[in-house]
Amino acid sequence: MPTLTLLQAVNDGLKSVMRTDPDVLVFGEDVGLKGGVFLATEGLTNEFGKERCFDTPLSEDGIIGTAIGMAMNGLRPVAEIQFQDFIFPAFDQIVSEAAKLRYRSGGQYTAPMVIRTPYGGGIRGGLYHSQSGEAYFAHTAGLKVVIPSTPHDAKGLLIASIQDPDPVLFMEPKALYRSVKGEVPEDVYTVDLSTLRRVREGKDVTIFCYGAMVPVVEKAATQAAAKGIECTVVDLRTLLPLDEDGVLEAAKSTGRVVVVHEAPRFCGYGAEISALIAERCIEYMEAPVKRVTGFDTPFPNTLEHHYLPDDRRVLDAIEQTFEF
Amino acid sequence: MDTTELLKVIEPDGATPGFDTDLSDAELVHCYRTMLAVRAFDDVCMKLQRAGRIGFSIPNKGIEATQVGAASAIDKTDFLFPSYRDFGMALYHRVPPVEMMHNMFGNELDSAHGRQMPVHFSFVDPIRLYSISSPIGTHIPHAVGAAHAFRLKGEDRVCLVSFGDGGTSSLGFHSGLNFAGVWKAPVVFLCQNNGWAISCPSEEQTASEGYAIKAKAYGMPGIVVDGNDLLAVRQATSDAVARARRGEGPTLIEARTFRMGGHSTSDDPTRYVPAELLEEWGRKDPVTRFQRYLEKEGIWTAKLEEQLTAEVSAEINAAAKVAEGTGQPGLETIFSDVYADLPTHLRKQGEFLFDLTARRGDAAAGDGAFPL
Repeated sequence: MPTLTLLQAVNDGLKSVMRTDPDVLVFGEDVGLKGGVFLATEGLTNEFGKERCFDTPLSEDGIIGTAIGMAMNGLRPVAEIQFQDFIFPAFDQIVSEAAKLRYRSGGQYTAPMVIRTPYGGGIRGGLYHSQSGEAYFAHTAGLKVVIPSTPHDAKGLLIASIQDPDPVLFMEPKALYRSVKGEVPEDVYTVDLSTLRRVREGKDVTIFCYGAMVPVVEKAATQAAAKGIECTVVDLRTLLPLDEDGVLEAAKSTGRVVVVHEAPRFCGYGAEISALIAERCIEYMEAPVKRVTGFDTPFPNTLEHHYLPDDRRVLDAIEQTFEF
Repeated sequence: MDTTELLKVIEPDGATPGFDTDLSDAELVHCYRTMLAVRAFDDVCMKLQRAGRIGFSIPNKGIEATQVGAASAIDKTDFLFPSYRDFGMALYHRVPPVEMMHNMFGNELDSAHGRQMPVHFSFVDPIRLYSISSPIGTHIPHAVGAAHAFRLKGEDRVCLVSFGDGGTSSLGFHSGLNFAGVWKAPVVFLCQNNGWAISCPSEEQTASEGYAIKAKAYGMPGIVVDGNDLLAVRQATSDAVARARRGEGPTLIEARTFRMGGHSTSDDPTRYVPAELLEEWGRKDPVTRFQRYLEKEGIWTAKLEEQLTAEVSAEINAAAKVAEGTGQPGLETIFSDVYADLPTHLRKQGEFLFDLTARRGDAAAGDGAFPL
């Protein structure tokens, strides 16, 4: 089984599915000859031709709007938004159109499409190349929101997203593109879009996280173990729909919960996890849920390492769950 | 006005038959010096980026005449809305290179306190140079609103807004030009058609014959100008500015030029730009063309060249040295300027960060390389 980076796994996932399904096509800004600014689509135009992997004019609204039209008419578009920060001109098309099309037409029209987009900090990209906007989209009925953290999941979740009958926002943690490696099967396989992944088992504290925060949390969990605190680490993978039963089971198993994301805290995804636990299993809790998140500010450039949650902050929160 | 005939003043050999400039010799030298400064600024930033001392830069080579010619047509009381590839507009209006370098290093003296990426400048002095955003075309309606405000307040000022060929596909381009046409706003739209939107060639950006022709649909004149001809760009922009000042409304100028470098320091243009195009446009170098003109006018000498080159090189290297030696922004700058007054929740988050840093030490700086 080949060992790939997360970026190569995305590329492999696209190629694998394009080889087996002629209706799948990839487009966006600079995805053709350049192969995308991160090279996620490298080689696609050469292998599949300009009909199936092509550059578009510089309009996110146009990219997503036309993808909806293709999707409703028998194709399986995989549209790339170059940086998640640039997605907002297409917000209307995603939230008002793609996500609501099935509902408003009673299922007569649907938009089975994938929007791939790199998100998150760690590349000194400042305000507009670093954001984690998952909460905006996880608030949208009709949309699915998926964030992988390993090469294996990146390929399997991407293929599952492409085969899914509904629109999926597939957010790729750009900080992990080249920094994580793992074994990836060569064939076409899927990872279910409604189950979380338990990364590490421990009896003392449960940490929920996703995307680029997973390795950060694993590092903090190792440090905690050296101090005698055993952590369960949960990679949520699919933010919408959420594996609620899996969340409750993992929370109950330790009675102490930390939620970690790099997006801002206020109305962030951690609030949903925290509320779910408060509503459904507070009687199992030994301490209040702790959130470790980005600050409620725009994303800075020079000081981005102070903005992003790191192992210091996660370990601090783990220890604080024992101070209650 | 004709939208298809290319406005050109300086011949390849530097001759300007039948054309008299309104610029004094000193002003012409300032234009030339600014182009040399852009090139020096570019070179220094490229070296700094390659050495890992700054994270990112945007090459300006090939576009200098468009930047400087257009900037020379507005007054310092006017309002510039540049793209991220407009170093020459700032330098022409005498923004000190060290102020630009503070941004390149994102240090504590950067006007945006290191919050933005390099090349995302923001100045109010010596000219209002609007804070640059990475999303494309979003500033175009801002310029229209600002221009309309000048008119409503009875101020004799105009806005010059610059964007690339890719920017014409943005929502902001349509909204901006549409509103400006309806309001007859005193704004000049400068489309720098440099051939490429990162890797997307102009022929895949639009099916129309260039960009100036789009003006017709918005009810304004569209002008095509040779973007490597400083005097032609200045002439077209001056005419448009005069029109705006007379209350006759906006103009769209398409400056045809060529991006001789990559999109950015992270881009490898050899993957998509044909070598013969680079050669062809290399022969049309805008700095050489203006130098030949100055020589024909008896202004340029080898001695002047030597003097200007030494001046700008010293100035920009010194600016880089000062900026590199300046400290990083304080942690409080993460939380300030989000609102006019610091709200309670942000004050608490700031206190948490100071406390955490005191208890557990500084966060480790990442080494992320910028891909775009």
